[in-house]
Amino acid sequence: MLISCPYCGPRDLIEFSYQGDANRTRPDRVSMDVPAWNTYIYDRVNTAGDHAEFWQHSGGCRMYMRVVRSTLTHAITSVEPARAHASSARRAKRTAR
Amino acid sequence: MAEYSFLSLLRNAFSGNTDWQPAWRKPDPKPEYDVIIIGGGGHGLSTAYYLAKEHGITNVAVLERGWIGQGNIGRNTTMIRSNYLLPQNQHFYEHSMKMWEDLAHELNYNVMFSQRGCLNLANSPSQLDDFARRGNAMRHVGIDAELMSREQIKAFIPALDMEFGGRFPVYGGMIQRRAGTARHDAVAWGYARGADRRGVDIVENCEVTGFLRDGDRITGVTTSRGEIRAKKVAVCVAGSTGQVMKLAGIDRLPIESHVLQAFVSEGIKPFMDTVVTFGAGHLYVTQSDKGGMVFGGDIDGYNTYAQRGNLPIVEDVMSEICAMFPGLARVRLLRSWGGIMDMSMDGTPIITTGPLPGMYLNCGWCYGGFKATPASGFCFAWTIARDAPHELNAPFTLDRFHKGYVIDEKGQGSTPRLH
Repeated sequence: MLISCPYCGPRDLIEFSYQGDANRTRPDRVSMDVPAWNTYIYDRVNTAGDHAEFWQHSGGCRMYMRVVRSTLTHAITSVEPARAHASSARRAKRTAR
Repeated sequence: MAEYSFLSLLRNAFSGNTDWQPAWRKPDPKPEYDVIIIGGGGHGLSTAYYLAKEHGITNVAVLERGWIGQGNIGRNTTMIRSNYLLPQNQHFYEHSMKMWEDLAHELNYNVMFSQRGCLNLANSPSQLDDFARRGNAMRHVGIDAELMSREQIKAFIPALDMEFGGRFPVYGGMIQRRAGTARHDAVAWGYARGADRRGVDIVENCEVTGFLRDGDRITGVTTSRGEIRAKKVAVCVAGSTGQVMKLAGIDRLPIESHVLQAFVSEGIKPFMDTVVTFGAGHLYVTQSDKGGMVFGGDIDGYNTYAQRGNLPIVEDVMSEICAMFPGLARVRLLRSWGGIMDMSMDGTPIITTGPLPGMYLNCGWCYGGFKATPASGFCFAWTIARDAPHELNAPFTLDRFHKGYVIDEKGQGSTPRLH
């Protein structure tokens, strides 16, 4: 499995560490909504097909990225810096407020 | 159907082995059953067997997408143990162990259960302390456990490098002598035969494609071989739990599917007569009756439904086995394969009624499902027959995560790749 790091280019799987499912929404850090926290911590979509997930290039530039990878074939369709994803989520929240 | 016995062997030997009957029929599915079990793996088959035997429910179909023994029941490393710390797990797995001890007799099928012991090596003093604590917890509820010293281990497994190449010296270990291995295919076939002869229909090549609903209630399934109705539908599909439950509209579950690889070497002469695990990393190894070293390590660590893994874990596992047994370094690998594990968020299984009316769910076995096969079927059958859990699986609910009753054997939190 090769992952194209947006900063370093295509690198072997062994340089990366898996940081889990990116289909979850973390409640606001001061939120007291216990069911929302439980859902965030325990419940997973566990998609069979294209799955959004976070990886860290821990054996390289150490940056985080959001990868869309098929869980049936391991084919990767998109890699983008996790930063972009985080800031768009933050932007969406700011707009909602 | 003829019992397997010395006499039947003798009789068939004289008749040129032409009188053996197939171990189970190949029936077409009926339009309706009392209970449908989705998944003809070890747990599904044992559930069908105990439904028929313990509860007299014989109008049962086991629906299997492929063929019997194709999934994880034929892909595991065959190890059986009950060396757990937490009481919920201890009682459940010890019940399973006791069922294993009588299983060949129970099924009239040789499952080759061999109580060769399972030795966990401690590669640090604190790990040995931890084993002492776990061993005491086990002995407290009547499960056998012994601490072994370095010298005892050296005599027990002469091939072991006690220094692990100098990096991880062995400080001692904990052994459960009643632990061991069984022939996994025979377990599937024995349960299939036992269920079939009690009237259960085992329908192979029958993929479930959807659920029939009456409001919320599940009333049957649609399959590649037509619609089948049932009063109760039990889902027992291990790594495919996510896919099957999505057909019922359940989007999120406390489960992730991961691939675990297993390996077997070419056959060698008798080398080691126990199961042994690497304490500093994660590796478990035994020698099969054919002589091959059977071993496995960690899961690959990312979500996948592909029954094949990647090379970094292969390298990791090989370096571990060579550190333990330098003498195996030039033995060639014969085969490697992958199986899909339903990793739960606390490392403990789920055997429960629901989550929808008319539905029953058995999943979350991580990579410890094989040893649970008898008790899982026994408890799941009880749950299906009585609409209430047996006391052994009462803690294994689906809502324990949201209610704060997780059973986290390793204390790793909700990171399924660490369990």
